[in-house]
Formats: sequence, structure tokens, C-alpha cells
Amino acid sequence: MLMSKIELKTENCKGCGNCIRNCRFEALAFNNEVNAKGYRIVTVDRDKCVGCGMCYTVCPDYVFSIED
Amino acid sequence: MAITKQIPDTIFAANSFCPGCGHGIVIRLIAEVLDEMDLSDRTIGVLAVGCSCLVNRTLAVDLMQSAHGRATAAAAGIKRTRPGNLVFTYQGDGDAISIGIAETLYSAQRDEKITQIIVNNGVFGMTGGQMSPTTLVGQRTATSEKGRNSEINGDPVNIMKLLSQFNTAYLARGSVHDAANILKTKQYIRTAFELQMRGEGFTCVEVISPCPTNWHMTPDQAVERIANEVLEVYPLGEFVKGEHQK
Repeated sequence: MLMSKIELKTENCKGCGNCIRNCRFEALAFNNEVNAKGYRIVTVDRDKCVGCGMCYTVCPDYVFSIED
Repeated sequence: MAITKQIPDTIFAANSFCPGCGHGIVIRLIAEVLDEMDLSDRTIGVLAVGCSCLVNRTLAVDLMQSAHGRATAAAAGIKRTRPGNLVFTYQGDGDAISIGIAETLYSAQRDEKITQIIVNNGVFGMTGGQMSPTTLVGQRTATSEKGRNSEINGDPVNIMKLLSQFNTAYLARGSVHDAANILKTKQYIRTAFELQMRGEGFTCVEVISPCPTNWHMTPDQAVERIANEVLEVYPLGEFVKGEHQK
């Protein structure tokens, strides 16, 4: 199983859902938490994530970083 | 195959735009290009008024704020006195195409060696979503409650068409509504910056961007609206010496 080193700065997340809509591996979803700004935040299923970087590309809020 | 994607060094803090706003993506693309070209410490950005001014909370380059709409005039002065620097303006459609239409057109007409980046979301965003020159016919805004009426308000202004009559170095219209177009838009910004640093002349990149707050839509609905409605009025692509390339 390929495990990507994806890191999330959930304090930046505003819950727009761009990443979830664009993830073809269905690795991203909202959970029940909210961050300090009051937005519900995204969470990643690391077993499904392949590190393609799509979430980084479409995120307006600099939540994602991915290392090879 | 995994790849490396890191937030650019030229981004120094999270942005403060509304959820789903496209400004954050455009700013990240500028930062990525500046990092790749190693130009961050030789770049001067010029702002005017509107949501676009919030770039100063995020982008780690020298920035100056001009009067409303006058960013390209100020940028032209900076570039003439500091020709070795990369000088760009970061403006919204209300700023660059309404209040600043004279400065925008005459900077292009003089072929000033600057880059103008116009984020077009079809409304005056910061002041509450009033109709702007680029509001689509039929679009409801705070000042066109029954929808823009072309008989009263005229048709939307296509800034690429206006600018393409001048002998500018490079014009392009991109969009940040999906991943493919985000990557294309980055290439447009890079081309514009490269041409400026080669001293080629005026370059302008217009970016179609969602404004879910003032469109009264969810972020999902806003990007679908761009794909289904906005791009019919504002086709994407590059203009070289006034000719639409694709």
C-alpha cells in the first residue's frame, strides 16, 4: 500500500469542500470537528490517499502539503 | 507515484478570504511562480481597493497601495524608476475595469512593462456584491435585484477584447474553477512575468474566480456556475499581439 506523507494545516481550513469534490480516491471527507475559526474541517483517510496533489491544487486556503 | 507539493515560501500567512473564494488560489499561483523564478525579493506589487487588497496579509513581497483603480498608473511609475524589478498589480474587476478602466487601458496603450493581474468575479465583492462592469446579463446583485438588464446597464465588459486592440506583449484569461484551469492559469502568470523580465511590454492575466458569498451560492454551486455560464461570456485562452490563440 502506497502511503503518502500528506500533512494538513486544519487551522487554515474554511470548509469549502473543494478538496473533497476533486479527490478521485475518495480519501477526503468532513469530520465532526470545527477549528478555532468555527469552520468544519476536512480529514484524510491515509489508506486511500496516493499523494496525487489534487487537494493542494484546488485548495484556496493552503491546508495541504505533500512530500514524496 | 507521489509528488511533492509544499506551500510556497512567498506565502507567509493564511489568507482571510471567504470560504470558496478564488483569490487564495490566484495568490498561491503567483507565489509559486515567484519562488520558481527566484524573484520574491525583487518583486513589487501594487494594490488599489477591494478584496484584492487582502493579498497584503498573505504574500511576502513588497507591496504598495494606490488610490482606487490607479494601480497600473502607480506600477508604471515604479517600473520606469526600477526597471530591474518585477512589478505587478493585483486588482479585482470592479477596481481595474470600472473605476480604473482609464488607467488599465492607457497602461496597455503605452505598453508599460508591467503585469496586471485582474481577478474577475463579476461583482464588487468587499462592498457587498454590487453590480460591476463584468456582471453577466440577468445576474442578480445588490444593485441589480431583478438581474442585469442590458437595455439599462449595457452588456458586460470584455477586458481582453478591449486590451487586444493595443500592441501589448501578452494577454491571457484563465480560471480557477477546476484543477486543469488552475494549472493553465499558473502558466499564464509565469509567461507574463517572464515576458516582463525580458522587457517585452504590457502583460495582463485576467482570472475568472468564484465569489460564493456574493453570488449567494455554495462553493460547489459557484464553480459549476463558472463552468456552465460565465465561461460562455468570457472564453479562456491567450492573446499574443492581440490575436486569440485558443
